[in-house]
Amino acid sequence: MILTQESIQEIKEKTAKYPRKKSGILPALTVAYRQLGYVDDEIYHEISKVIKVPYVEIAEAATFYTMFPKKSRGKYLIQVCHNISCALLGADSLISYLEDKLGIKKGETTADNLFTLISVECLGSCSTAPMMQINHDFHENLTREKVDGILETLRSEA
Amino acid sequence: MFYSPVITNAAEVASHKDLHLFKYVEDPKQHEIGTYQAHGGYKAWKKVLNGMTADQVTEEVKKSGLRGRGGAGFPTGMKWGFVPKASPKPRYLCCNADESEPGTCKDRVLMERDPHGVIEGMAIAAYAIGCHLMFIYIRGEFNHCRERMEQAMNEAYQHGHLGKNIHGSGYDLEMIVHTGGGAYICGEETALLNSVEGERGMSRMRPPFPAIEGLYACPTIVNNVESLASVPHIINRGADWYGSLGTEKSKGTKIFSLSGHVKRPGNYEVEMGFNLKKLIYDPAYGNGMLEDKKLKGVIPGGASTPFLTPDMIDVGLDYESLQTVGSMLGSGAVIVFNEDACIVWVIKKLIHFFRHESCGKCTPCREGTSWLEQMINRIESGEGQPGDIEKIEDVCGNILGRTICPLGDAAVMPIQSAIKHWRDEWQYHIDQKQCMVKTNFDFK
Repeated sequence: MILTQESIQEIKEKTAKYPRKKSGILPALTVAYRQLGYVDDEIYHEISKVIKVPYVEIAEAATFYTMFPKKSRGKYLIQVCHNISCALLGADSLISYLEDKLGIKKGETTADNLFTLISVECLGSCSTAPMMQINHDFHENLTREKVDGILETLRSEA
Repeated sequence: MFYSPVITNAAEVASHKDLHLFKYVEDPKQHEIGTYQAHGGYKAWKKVLNGMTADQVTEEVKKSGLRGRGGAGFPTGMKWGFVPKASPKPRYLCCNADESEPGTCKDRVLMERDPHGVIEGMAIAAYAIGCHLMFIYIRGEFNHCRERMEQAMNEAYQHGHLGKNIHGSGYDLEMIVHTGGGAYICGEETALLNSVEGERGMSRMRPPFPAIEGLYACPTIVNNVESLASVPHIINRGADWYGSLGTEKSKGTKIFSLSGHVKRPGNYEVEMGFNLKKLIYDPAYGNGMLEDKKLKGVIPGGASTPFLTPDMIDVGLDYESLQTVGSMLGSGAVIVFNEDACIVWVIKKLIHFFRHESCGKCTPCREGTSWLEQMINRIESGEGQPGDIEKIEDVCGNILGRTICPLGDAAVMPIQSAIKHWRDEWQYHIDQKQCMVKTNFDFK
């Protein structure tokens, strides 16, 4: 098993509350993604055994949602909102700035596997634009100075 | 500390006799149950449990005039009333916290800063429809909201506000915090129900409506976070009080998420019918246009609502008034842009969103949004062809009203209004192969 005992336990606890087993699919995928940073076919099979839902139903649901990618990404996943409220306040230039700073294009991962940069749809931070989400955390009202500081902190922690 | 640094008008709300949703959102401890209760929290829940029947609760909410704050504006109490009384099936309540309509960031503040207010509203709604298991569907990206809601839920159980035989009433109520997987469409109620069931988030045909056959084919009510957060206040202060706020047909207060080219973007709770121009220019709210540039347009209710031009903004923010100027209140997301924004560029951003978020179930929406994006990108990159505008209008006409859920309509309405208001700019883009105004927004 690639899923840890802790993840399996968490999946069991979360899914037990639902009236039907199949409702456990999204909670299970979420737990798996948190552990691994990806969820692929092998994991669908593991989840299938844990929550006792056919593999195909898990694959069917998982491939619909953007938050369960099949391949892992850099240690820090940087998601920049490119939607209208953020775009009006310079999201496109924020993406270019990050591309320059990281030396990669949108959609790519740095050679040291530290950062992956992607742009995404509205993250509900419209009145605090522009923004980016790094792993689980939102960084809002971004300026060049703030971006520099955030990247520096992450590099030093890595 | 607060997770979101968003500006609110909590100070104004606290000193105002009628505004209520944002009263304590600047209190850094409001998310803790002790503080929430010290501020009168769970009083409405106890009042309901200790002396109101389910019908009385529904009647009170009906009488208050509260309408859905997620976008559709359907009367909340009336929706509850559709749950069949004789049905032997279990009933479910789902709080829709899949906030993803571009421009909208209000439910996030309520969940992060006043999560018990949401739970109390959910509990009262659950009681009104005879539900013993309620869900909150939080969009997957809102990790902090999930943490806050789970923490608040656990506290609510510990204090006996949830669980078995709540406060000795004999009423049982359980709660599940469910997170999504990153799909705007799951904010549409039937797609949300599919998603809770472990399916792909695709809309269902109606009828049957969820109130009759929803989650697990049982009677289900889906209400927005802000709608439910309003309910405890209605129970505490009465339907007559709530009904005295707002306009004749749009009652109560509403949170508006103001974003884009204003000096003071933020979340502001105001009475329904509040003047849009005032929201943008008053120092207490938007404080005018960023860098004092000229206003070009406003999207008044989130990315799916038609645009307003500067001559149209002296209008009340309520369901009816916005209809008279050809737009909609939607989710209350007011997006403001200045004259440096090329309208084709604005639409390019919006159509990309809708094409990406179309679930793919209905052909007109799946294919149509893709064609629209290709044509709009073509125009924007200077490769537009004569007849493109008419072709876009034709495709729009073939999507509008021809899909199971409103996502198709949502994609089309802003485009149609952008062509209506700024047709010369579209034509210029095609003829001159460039923007009439150079859009180049830089971040600080």
